This record gives sequence, C-alpha cells and structure tokens, in this order.
Amino acid sequence: MKGWIILLAMAVASFLLPHLGWADALTGQTEKQPLNVIAVVMFLIFVAATLGITYWAAKRTKSAKDFYAAGGGITGFQNGLAIAGDYMSAASFLGISSMVFLKGYDGLIYSIGFLVGWPIIMFLMAEQLRNLGRYTFADIVSYRLERIPIRTIAAFGSLSTVILYLIAQMVGAGQLIKTLFGLPYEWAVVIVGALMILYVAFGGMLATTWVQIIKAVLLLSGATFIAGGALYYADFNIEMLFTKAIDAMKSSPLTDHKTLVAANKNILAPGGLVSDPVSAISLGLALMFGTAGLPHILMRFFTVSNAKEARKSVFFATGFIGYFYILTFIIGFGAIVLVASNPQYLDLAKGTLVGGNNMAAIHLSHAVGGNYFLGFISAVAFATILAVVSGLTLAGASAVSHDIYANAMRGGQVNEKTEMTVSKVAALCIGIVAIYLGIQFEKQNVAFMVGLAFAIAASANFPILILSIYWSGLTTRGALLGGALGLISTVTMVVLSKTVWVDVLKNPAPLFPYKDPAIFSMTLSFFGCWLFSITDRSDRANLERQAYEMQEVRCQTGIGAVGASKH
Amino acid sequence: MRLYIIVAIIRSYIAVETHNIMEREFFNRVRNHPKYHELVQKRGRFTTWLSFLTLVLYYAFIAVLAFNPGLLGIPLMAGHITTVGIPVGVLIIVLSFVLTGIYVRRANSEFDELTRQIKEETR
Repeated sequence: MKGWIILLAMAVASFLLPHLGWADALTGQTEKQPLNVIAVVMFLIFVAATLGITYWAAKRTKSAKDFYAAGGGITGFQNGLAIAGDYMSAASFLGISSMVFLKGYDGLIYSIGFLVGWPIIMFLMAEQLRNLGRYTFADIVSYRLERIPIRTIAAFGSLSTVILYLIAQMVGAGQLIKTLFGLPYEWAVVIVGALMILYVAFGGMLATTWVQIIKAVLLLSGATFIAGGALYYADFNIEMLFTKAIDAMKSSPLTDHKTLVAANKNILAPGGLVSDPVSAISLGLALMFGTAGLPHILMRFFTVSNAKEARKSVFFATGFIGYFYILTFIIGFGAIVLVASNPQYLDLAKGTLVGGNNMAAIHLSHAVGGNYFLGFISAVAFATILAVVSGLTLAGASAVSHDIYANAMRGGQVNEKTEMTVSKVAALCIGIVAIYLGIQFEKQNVAFMVGLAFAIAASANFPILILSIYWSGLTTRGALLGGALGLISTVTMVVLSKTVWVDVLKNPAPLFPYKDPAIFSMTLSFFGCWLFSITDRSDRANLERQAYEMQEVRCQTGIGAVGASKH
Repeated sequence: MRLYIIVAIIRSYIAVETHNIMEREFFNRVRNHPKYHELVQKRGRFTTWLSFLTLVLYYAFIAVLAFNPGLLGIPLMAGHITTVGIPVGVLIIVLSFVLTGIYVRRANSEFDELTRQIKEETR
C-alpha cells in the first residue's frame, strides 16, 4: 500500500514539476523555445492513452507470469512490433539520424551493426530462449548450473546494461523535451522517470508491450513521412538528394560540417568513425552480439506462446527495424539539405542546431510538415523514449526481483505476490537511479552511450548465455568466472577509455586507447568460460555436464517448455 | 495426526520421484528417436550455414572498412556521386531480413512438423 502512495505522489509531482520549471524558465536561461501547444496536446493524449492501458493492464496482471511475460499470450506479429518498439530507441532515431546528419555514411555503419545481430538471434537463440526460459535470460543459464552464483552474475550483467542504456535514453529525453517545451533538462528527465515507473510498476509486461506496439506504429509512420518529405524535395531521386546535401554542407555554418568540409571528407564514403582495424572489428562485435545480450530484448521472447511465434517475432522485428534504419539514413541526408541551411534551426553562437545536434530529425519534421507535424513527431519521440525506458526498467526490475531476490536469496521459495512487490520497488529504485545518472551524463553523445551498453551485453551476458545453450561442457565455475571476467574487463576498459576517463573524469589522456573494448572483453569472457569449465573436476560439474542432455531435448523440441497462461 | 503428515510427505516424495523417473524415461525415448537426430542434425546444419553467411556478409563489410575504406567511396557510376558503399549498406540490411525469412519458412514447416511427429511417436 505504501509503495502505491509513493508512486501516486511521484505521478502527481511529475505533472506539477513542469509548472515549477516554467516559473524558473521565465527568469532563468535565455534561449527557451516557445511553447508548442500542438506538441504538448499530442503528448498529453499519448500519456492519457498509455495510462489508460496501464490501468487496463494492471487489472489483468495478477500472477508473476502476467507481470514478467504478459501471460505468454502475445502473438508473433505483435511481439515483432514490440521488439521493434523496444529496439528503435530515441538513441536510434535521434542519435543515428544525427550521426548521418553530421558524418554521412558513418551513420549507416552503426545502423548495419545494430541490424545484423537480428539474424544471429534468429538462428541461434530465439526459439531456444522460448523453449528454455521463463522470465529472464538467467533462467536459461541456471537451467542446469548452480542457481545462486549464476543468477547473481547474470543479474549484474543485466543491471549494468540496463543502467547504461537508460542513461542514454534519459539524455535523449532531456534534450528533446528541453527543445520542445522550453523546460529545464532536469525536469524533463524527472517526468520520463516518473512515467516509466508508473507503467512498469502498475502495468507490468502487458502495459509495457502495448506502449511499445503503439510507439512502434507511430514512429514507423512518422519516420516514413519525414523521409518521404525529404525525398519529395529531391524529386524522389536519391542521387539528387545526395548532390543537394553535399552542396548544402559547403555553406553550412555548423562547426562539425565546417570541419568535414575543411578536411575535404566525402560524406558518402566511410569517414573517421572507424579509424583503425581494431576499433572497426571491436565496434562490429559489440553491435552484433550486444543485441543478443540485451536483457530487455531477450525478455520479449518469453511473452509469446511457443517457438513458432518466437521465430515470427524476429522475422517481423528485423523487417521493421531494417526499414527504420534505411529511413534514418534518408532523414539524416534530408536534414543536411533542409535543416543545416535554414537559420531558424541553427544556433549560430554555438555552431550547432537549436537544442543540440541530436535534434536533426525533429527539425526536419518541421521543415517538411510544419508545426502540426513537428508536434506529432515530438510527441512520438517522447513516446519512443517512454516505451524503451519502460522495457529497460522492467528488465532491470526483473533481474532484481526474479534473479537476485526470488532465486539467489530465497532459493526460489517465495510467493508470487512478494516477488512482484519486490519487482515494483526495484522499478522505483531503478527509476530514481536513472533520473540521477541521466542528469549527470547530460553532455554525452547518446548513440555512443548505447555503444557502451552493447559492449557489456556482448561481453558479459552473451557468452554465458550462448555457451549454456550450445556447449555441454559449461560448468558453474566456468560461467561465473568467464562472465565476471567479461563484465569487469569491459567496465574497466570503458572507464579508462576516452569517453569516461577524459570526457567525464576530466583527466588529460585516456589509459585505454580504443573506444570499443568488445574485441578484448568478449575474447576474455569466452576464454574464461572455457578454461574454468574444462579444468573444473568437481562432482557438481560432472552432474552439470550430464544434465545437458535433458536440456538439449527441451531446447530442440520445446517438450516441457512453459506454455501460455489461459487468459 | 503427526503420522498422517509423515505419510503424506512420503507419498508426495514418491510421487515426485516417480514423476522424475517417468520424465527421464520420456526424455530418453525422445533422445533416442531417429527423427530427433534428424531434427538436430538438419537444424544444426541449416543454422550453422545461415549464421556463417551472416557473419561473412557483415565482417567482409567491416574488413573493408578497416583495411580499405576507400573501396566503398568509389562512385557507383561514372559522373554520379552515389558511392558503392550506399547500395552495399542497404543490401546488407535487406539480406539480413531475407535470411531470417528463409529460416522461418523452413523452421515453421519442416522442423515443426518433425517436432510434432517426434512428440506423437514418443508419447
């Protein structure tokens, strides 16, 4: 009961805070945007609709299976859309379109890396996850390995990924709403945090899924319209769009564009993103296998009823996501043509776009569709952030309640109501941490922050998950030490790299030379899993190896897999 | 009263053990079924090939980026500015989708049918 009161208080606060912010805004900083009434109205409609869904979902969420997996009754097509909704984050929409806007072709390299993880998930993991798991990916790893250490390491991997990814989303949210509403960055982050806590704590997976489905449909239609608008200005001729973009860039007053032009860089060719072979392969590994280790994505496979639907989910998701990335590429170039040349979108004093360079897609929506469409896209972008952070928060909360609390601490002997309460409290705590860190990381590039989350997912979560499914030799000791090695080495290398060591901690030079540690940390992790497994001569390890046979039968045929609940 | 509880505990223990033994026998029947081997082998080979194809596709792209990025910057046609890299990038995205489609098609028909037969014949 107490928890509900706190949540309600936060909800009320989230609607009151903007007004306090406004009072400050009038006297405070100088470059506030005028209030976009259309955007505010559309956003409020979305919030009202999603809170309605949350209320409906809350009434249907009675068991732990309902809370974590929406009762297992989501169809393949719905789940495909929801996965796309989960995956097409604000970092993708704003970050990648702005990366294309700033660097051209390099943005496409990121998109491709984000997409090619999906076929791999399909071939190696989708139906295996569905057949072996229940609520979290740790269910699979601990199927035959010892519960307490495995759940703990998996939960740490999940939480690190979730928190990093959340920071990126929060930064996107803050910048977006600052530009839209003229609100201080901090208030925007607080509103997003409060709403996501409400969705997750009250509506569980069912509410989260529907928020993601609605958002995916809105975002795909919105992005289609923006890209179509950009192509319209180039007579639907892609060659003409590129020609115009290169011309526009020559006279662009943006600092980043000036640097590119001065260096005589071709924006239609690979540029400085990938500077050396080690970084290129490392980034590739992190993007490809990171997707296969993201806890909020893995969790979506437990919401469908069987392996067939799990496969269909990936098929539809890959199609939607691929289509979306092609759109962001067109949007980035469209923005060079229509946004970089238009003074109303430029902040000449700073040499960036109004509201920061991540706003390229948002400004382009205004350029092609006017105020109403800007309002729509702004509301959609906000909805995008809310959908993704909800999925992340739910995954983080599940790691705390299902893996750490129910299984590692209480040995699986805990009643469902208590477990769900723990999950709701965890959602609240994760929300507060995300708000705090979102404010701390205001100045970081959001797409790059996502890269860090992917590196951890690829080096800590993915190796133990894939080995537990396919390698009978994996033992508890191997998975624990290998996973820990991956997690610790990634975090260490990330902290010592330029992003954190120089940009955040203000040291003069990075101690680790590469931006992406995945090539080293993934190797360390796999090697650790292998070495500490084959040298494990304990009786328990032998039992674990023998138990693989039964696991394999269930994995291959779905015999004994958890089915959908009746409602 | 106490005796009754003890008997109940022993009974449930026996029930669980019997269930475990029956389950293990059932799993063994599945594992030794020839169609199970066929399924594991066919699917294993198929997914290995498809994964291999995806990896080659992507890492060939990454290798070009790392060792010879200029290759992707060559104009597609003389007099045009669109580079080779653009259709190559879009093609990788489209092929990723097509590959998942190929897998779903075979898995949802052939592999699921085999699984159904295995379940029926080992019941």
